[in-house]
Amino acid sequence: MADAAAANRDFPRVYGKVGSLHRERLWALRLSYASLILASLIFLAPPFYMLVTSIKTNVEMADQTLNPWIVRSPTFEHYAAILGNPVFLTFFRNSIIVTILVVAITMVISVLAAFALSRMRFWGSQVLATGVFLTYLVPDTLLFIPLYQIVGGLGLLNSIWGLVLVYPTLTVPFCTWIMIGYFASIPKELDEAALIDGATWPQMLLKIFIPVALPGIIAATIFAFTVSWAAFVYPTAFITRPDQMPLTIGIVSQLVRGDTFAWGQIMAGALIAALPPVVVYVFLMDYYIAGLTAGATKG
Amino acid sequence: MAPDGTAKAIPAPAMRRAAGRSPGVSSLERLARRRSTIAFVMTLPLILVIAGLVAYPAAWAIYLSTLNRRMTANIGLDNYLFLLESESFRMIIWQSCFFAITAVLLKALIGFWLAHMLHHIPTRGQRKWRGMLLIPWVIPPALSTLGWWWMFDPSYSSINWIINVFGFPSIPWLGQPWWARIAVIMVNVWYGAPFFMIMYLAALKSVPEQLYEAAAIDGATSWQRLRFITLPMMQNIISITVLFSLIVTFANYDIVRVLTNGGPRDTTHLFATYAFQVGILSGNLPRGAAVSLFMLPILAVAAFFILRGVTRRTKEIA
Repeated sequence: MADAAAANRDFPRVYGKVGSLHRERLWALRLSYASLILASLIFLAPPFYMLVTSIKTNVEMADQTLNPWIVRSPTFEHYAAILGNPVFLTFFRNSIIVTILVVAITMVISVLAAFALSRMRFWGSQVLATGVFLTYLVPDTLLFIPLYQIVGGLGLLNSIWGLVLVYPTLTVPFCTWIMIGYFASIPKELDEAALIDGATWPQMLLKIFIPVALPGIIAATIFAFTVSWAAFVYPTAFITRPDQMPLTIGIVSQLVRGDTFAWGQIMAGALIAALPPVVVYVFLMDYYIAGLTAGATKG
Repeated sequence: MAPDGTAKAIPAPAMRRAAGRSPGVSSLERLARRRSTIAFVMTLPLILVIAGLVAYPAAWAIYLSTLNRRMTANIGLDNYLFLLESESFRMIIWQSCFFAITAVLLKALIGFWLAHMLHHIPTRGQRKWRGMLLIPWVIPPALSTLGWWWMFDPSYSSINWIINVFGFPSIPWLGQPWWARIAVIMVNVWYGAPFFMIMYLAALKSVPEQLYEAAAIDGATSWQRLRFITLPMMQNIISITVLFSLIVTFANYDIVRVLTNGGPRDTTHLFATYAFQVGILSGNLPRGAAVSLFMLPILAVAAFFILRGVTRRTKEIA
């Protein structure tokens, strides 16, 4: 009797609860989408505004009565102007040369070192692995003054070769660190089998480790690429001659001068300069994110 | 004597047999074959980069900061004392701390919130949103800050245009110290929040679903689930990310350089931009080195805790 009464009393409450749970979930979902839409609007506003500015005519840009966020008569004159500017093309060429060389150097150094550190235990290897991680935490702004003297002593100030020399400090520690993580996750049985078959160390690296850890290698390459493309502190400190400047500092220091800024051209130049990392990101998003999160979740 | 060919052929095996005992070429050969030697040779480029381009410059910076301007005499800690006595540098210390702490807290909160929101929506849509929200992190900050600079421009500010639409007066973004400080923090948060979001999303995904199921059976509210499951499980990642971002934010250079260049009246300078101005632009390298070395204590503390967190996490996984 008492049980039945209790059940009768309880049932409506249970149903009511289920209903409210459903409603609660719906609201949570709405809140999620609202937050995401708001965040996307704010996050994408600056690049969108850069794009809008880059396709506006100068007349329209100067008219303060208009809504700055929309463009009425789109034009590509700023893109034509910036792409016809030999100085800008020099910046672009310098960035490409420096980035390709730095990525190649970084990957050779870090893959070799990570292979040795993850598989061949030797005296001091543990200390070295920790050291690699610590150097990753040393920011470039702490090192640029002594490096200014060192690079100057080598006669490489005002030269892209100075940048090729110092950029590895930005890329090598992190790439080595995540490659150690990827190599360590390869099962030991695989290299034992290779050793039994008489494989040498170089064969093991080239035929087993690099193919198996390819996702890690792609992630590390993307990281090295984006970091050396976006590097700003070192070129600002070491380079004052326009013909040796990479894109970042070139646009900031050479296009922005005088009282009247050519905003359309600056924005067009900045967007073109930002394009390579964004394209890499769009096509290789999963690797990009894997590399990003690997620093803390692996290793 | 036999012809050359046989003369060479006979001693060769004999030499190899003797390799175990006699020193000389053979022991060198043995050394080269040893595993640790190969490993050392493979790590040599890495060691050169770390020693030559990070450790040596760091040590050199400490020595450099004890020299006088012309680098002719050692003046001990005078550069540091001079900096600490100057009113403007004390303000830079304060501004650097204020900037870094505010920016990191905001980035962490916004990143945490967005990661949660992303985690809640159906998995199918997550990829698309995540891809869009990470865009600020992908654009080189020096270039995106140019866009922000133009948005803050005093005469044509497009942000003020929006503010005016809602009926509020225009804000002198980069003209007044406090607004300039807020502007610099805003840009830094815009750039860094997506990174926190991605890290926290990865952490959220690694929390086992059974824990939430068990909590649901026990009748836990959503706040209790957050407080007693999500936060403890994510604790390590949260602290690693916050400390890592603290280092990077403290050492920030490009945003301030492009947006305000330290102005108005040196109120937005950080350690890095001030070190650049003193060391490179004014040519006082020793004092510039001293300015940038003020970052070292904070870095050392943060690095210690990061390393502890990462080691702990590695053990958890293993």
